Amino acid sequence: MHKKNIAELVQVLQHRDISSVELTRLVLERCTNINQKLNCFISITPEHALLQAKLADEKINQGNAGPLTGIPIAQKDIFCTDGVKTSCGSKMLDNFIAPYDATVVEKLNNAGMVMIGKTNMDEFAMGSSNETSFYGPVLNPWDMDRVPGGSSGGSAAAVAARLVPVATGTDTGGSIRQPASLCGITGLKPTYGRISRYGMIAFASSLDQGGPMTRTAEDAALIMNAIAGFDERDSTSAENPVEDYTQHLNNSIAGLKIGLPKEYFDEQLNPDIGRIIHEGVKELEKLGANVKEISLPGSKLSIPVYYVVAPAECSSNLARFDGVRFGYRCNDPEDLSDLYCRSRGEGFGREVKRRIMIGTYVLSAGYYDAYYLKAQKIRRLIRDEFRQALSKVDVIIGPTAPGPAFRINELLDDPITMYLSDIYTVSVNLAGLPAISIPAGMLGGLPVGMQVIGNYFAEPRLLNIAHRFQQVTHWHKLAPAGFD
Amino acid sequence: MLLHKSDIDKIAWLARLAIAEHDVSNYTRDLSNILDLVEQMDQVETGEIEAMAHPLEIPARLRPDEITENNQKDHFQQVAPAVKNGHYLVPKVIE
Repeated sequence: MHKKNIAELVQVLQHRDISSVELTRLVLERCTNINQKLNCFISITPEHALLQAKLADEKINQGNAGPLTGIPIAQKDIFCTDGVKTSCGSKMLDNFIAPYDATVVEKLNNAGMVMIGKTNMDEFAMGSSNETSFYGPVLNPWDMDRVPGGSSGGSAAAVAARLVPVATGTDTGGSIRQPASLCGITGLKPTYGRISRYGMIAFASSLDQGGPMTRTAEDAALIMNAIAGFDERDSTSAENPVEDYTQHLNNSIAGLKIGLPKEYFDEQLNPDIGRIIHEGVKELEKLGANVKEISLPGSKLSIPVYYVVAPAECSSNLARFDGVRFGYRCNDPEDLSDLYCRSRGEGFGREVKRRIMIGTYVLSAGYYDAYYLKAQKIRRLIRDEFRQALSKVDVIIGPTAPGPAFRINELLDDPITMYLSDIYTVSVNLAGLPAISIPAGMLGGLPVGMQVIGNYFAEPRLLNIAHRFQQVTHWHKLAPAGFD
Repeated sequence: MLLHKSDIDKIAWLARLAIAEHDVSNYTRDLSNILDLVEQMDQVETGEIEAMAHPLEIPARLRPDEITENNQKDHFQQVAPAVKNGHYLVPKVIE
């Protein structure tokens, strides 16, 4: 049963070959066993899951089932889940039972999905390897000496290991796409504002965006149908109408104009990754797409700009964790300052503290113009470059990450090199565009993802291209040994 | 940008973060390296370019000035570290 994707599971549930409760029991058992190896869950929630499964069975028996009723899902532990621990991978929230549901969670619950548990992640989504989690690193099912990527590493590993057909992720600088690439799954980062941020613990509010992590583009489309749309509780939610994301999956891509930015294929890229991406693009050419070289010269500044903008917003957002209203509180504070400083100093891990301090510094008097304002200006240049490019081509294609999964501890003490692994993903967040990472090849037994970037609200087009690619390739069907 | 220990002390205080004495040198090194990376931005002349705070150019949404939320104080205070009589407890501020 674990080999089936959402579209296949829907069939067996609706034909009553298996009940949702039976399916949930199987999934819970597999998750509990395999989690001991991979550490991809922070919480597994059997009582919650079986209750939802029972409700799903009632709906199925009444003939009221929707396209996701009874399907198991894992939620990244950044999404608030009413009555269930929501830690965000941090000691700061280790004792936090969320008092309400995030909009994404509410919508998926209403769609009849069954939440199996909450997935491990880099602390407050700050990391590219899942090693900054208070709950320890997640192991990559393809090679358990390697990282799954981050920050949505638990979600990526759980989907890759066939524990659940879908998990939610969030992407501030690549946190859906990079782990999807490193674990060999499909990860969609939608247009900024497409998915509600309500109840999604904030890291950098002008960059954060939730999205689906699945094995196939078709499954991602099914999840998008449930979670996309305007939410008045999110002040930057987009009001644009939502399309049926499954409707255009099978459209022809003949005549599609693909741009390959020369800066994405320069000497910084592992040549084998470059070869795999070019082979992937050739598959799309066989389906009728046309390719031309483009230039995005500002992309080389996306890392410096991102590491000003994201920490600045993080330092402001994480000011709420003060040891007073919720979360970790230090023992025996001497006075109010001591309460704030020690609760935060003890509750946050090293990477989170680094980013809060960088953000505090670039926003402080005397440095604001030189760092924060400067970064916001270059952010506009980067956005304008994308806009110009996307007026000439339909999509931009390149690698998702500069290499396959790296070893655990390889980069942990070297934040700069870790930051540079986000080189192909952060500019998309700065511009607010949608992008998808799909499996496009293998390198030394490890999966490699190809990134397709589209214009604002062009998710249906991205899913269409990804689906057509997956109909003529087998990379998304490969399972890591021992998990197939 | 080379930071000194005194800079780290000041930033940590502004951010209300207690940093262990033995960790200060690590943060001094890491933050200096990050600022070096960030200063690649100086390669670009940005004089008259308008700053962009947000990717979607949409106006801020307004709504009627009506109460739409119920008071859920008791519910929310269940996750508080220390409360008494409906108030959050902190160390004494006024002698």
